[in-house]
Amino acid sequence: MRLVVDLNKCQGYAQCAFLAPDVFAMHGEESLIYNPHAPEEQRERLARAVAACPVQAITADGLEDFTGEPGPGPGQVASDGR
Amino acid sequence: MAGDYLDRLRREGRIVIVGASLAGLRAAETLRAEGFTGELTLIGDEPHEPYDRPPLSKSVLLGMASPRRTELPHRREIDAKWRLGIAATGLDLAAKRVRLADGDEVPYDRLLIATGVRARPWLKEDEARLDGVCLLRTRDDAADLVQRLDAGPRRVFVIGAGFAGSEVASACREKGIPVTVAERAGAPLVGALGGVIGAVAADLQTENGVDLRTHVTVTGLEGDSIGRVRAVHLSDESVVEADVVVVSLGSQRNTEWLTGSGLGAGPRGIACDAGCRAFDFRGIVTDDVFVAGDVARSPHALFGYQFLSLEHWGNAVAQAETAAHNMICHGADRRPHLWMPAFWSSMFGVNIKSVGVPPMGDQLMITQGSLAERRFVGVYGYQGRVIAAVTFDNARWLEFYARQIERGAPFPVEYPTMDRRPENRQPVAADFPDPSLPTHGPTVTLSGYSPADQQLVFHPARH
Repeated sequence: MRLVVDLNKCQGYAQCAFLAPDVFAMHGEESLIYNPHAPEEQRERLARAVAACPVQAITADGLEDFTGEPGPGPGQVASDGR
Repeated sequence: MAGDYLDRLRREGRIVIVGASLAGLRAAETLRAEGFTGELTLIGDEPHEPYDRPPLSKSVLLGMASPRRTELPHRREIDAKWRLGIAATGLDLAAKRVRLADGDEVPYDRLLIATGVRARPWLKEDEARLDGVCLLRTRDDAADLVQRLDAGPRRVFVIGAGFAGSEVASACREKGIPVTVAERAGAPLVGALGGVIGAVAADLQTENGVDLRTHVTVTGLEGDSIGRVRAVHLSDESVVEADVVVVSLGSQRNTEWLTGSGLGAGPRGIACDAGCRAFDFRGIVTDDVFVAGDVARSPHALFGYQFLSLEHWGNAVAQAETAAHNMICHGADRRPHLWMPAFWSSMFGVNIKSVGVPPMGDQLMITQGSLAERRFVGVYGYQGRVIAAVTFDNARWLEFYARQIERGAPFPVEYPTMDRRPENRQPVAADFPDPSLPTHGPTVTLSGYSPADQQLVFHPARH
């Protein structure tokens, strides 16, 4: 599964790093590094991380079964014109 | 009539996007999301579908991700015709056709140019061809560099201490590889953040074991008998042995393919109005050619209507969305691109983020935290107002300062802030280098008021 984190939005709450530690990791106190291509067995953890991000900075594809809708979080909907 | 044209364009028109990276993809998605049902073509010179670049110098170099697997997730189906691995080589504005490297021509009704930038290569071509001399911009560059770092080089030499070069140095140190960084200015990141913050970045490098050489330029790269790089010669006459050299001298805008097209395109990018419509070389705005992403120069109300070139991930997304929206709607429904400049970087375990346009600032105040602790907020002032802010490991405050910039809040900052230190009551000079001297990686370039600036040339350092 592909994912991208809008690191302008990310504020280092580290929820994703707790919920999907094989995909996301804190690097220092505040920086997030991540694997943009999560293996299939991470699907459920990734979905939880996407849902838990307090600033909705994570976009992943192929998670419809878990989050109800693909793509951007609420913060991006307006600017996306949808 | 105009309405008829637009309805037909939305229904069955042909939109061509040149540039198949972040901006091109997000524009394509927005066009479909807003009801464009015509023919959509994406042209890209790399043979890969759109992938994300920021991880290439971070998680990829650290071994947490594969350079070949950073493809961007799609927000929706875009049902496009992809022409990947074929560069656009020309544009005929009158006939409304894009020429491709394979001789094909692609007609359009509306065109979006999102060709971005490329890494500035080492200027001596024979030296640039030496085995071990690398760039870092594309995923192929990253794959090559990762392989070389994994092979355990004796020393990596990074030319240029902008963000990309500093991130490479950081990854090398984390992997235990000896690294030397050469910077023409007095410190890393000075073009983007000025000398005061640059000094903090310099301390970060040296404390983490980087052999940092400032106020020097590289005069030559020396190869061995079989064409591998073996040493770097510096302007202070020192010689550093290295088997990997990473050239990190900023970027060049991909506008050469537009030479002679009549567009206002040059080394600083393609000028466009606030609605992302390209200017021609006479300074007259076109109505069928739009621009987005790193290659665009657009005027910004918050920064004196100067044309800004922003090499920012977030700008590529926001400008692509605005350009795509404006391409398929009536004049009154168009939106200006007034994105607040913002970027991030991460090096030596420190999270660096910024909003606004730091190089416009002439003064700097540390309003929270302290430079010595590497955890602070720095606020840049210009003509009595807040123009930018930078944080080191203090990102949660940045949103507040973005609002201050938007409302033109007064500078110096007089209200109390959390964790204000007594030594930071007064502003200091931000200490940016002379703007007429080229610096790599400023990430925001103020490029004046002329919409048809084609005169600028890059002057390499004098040796």
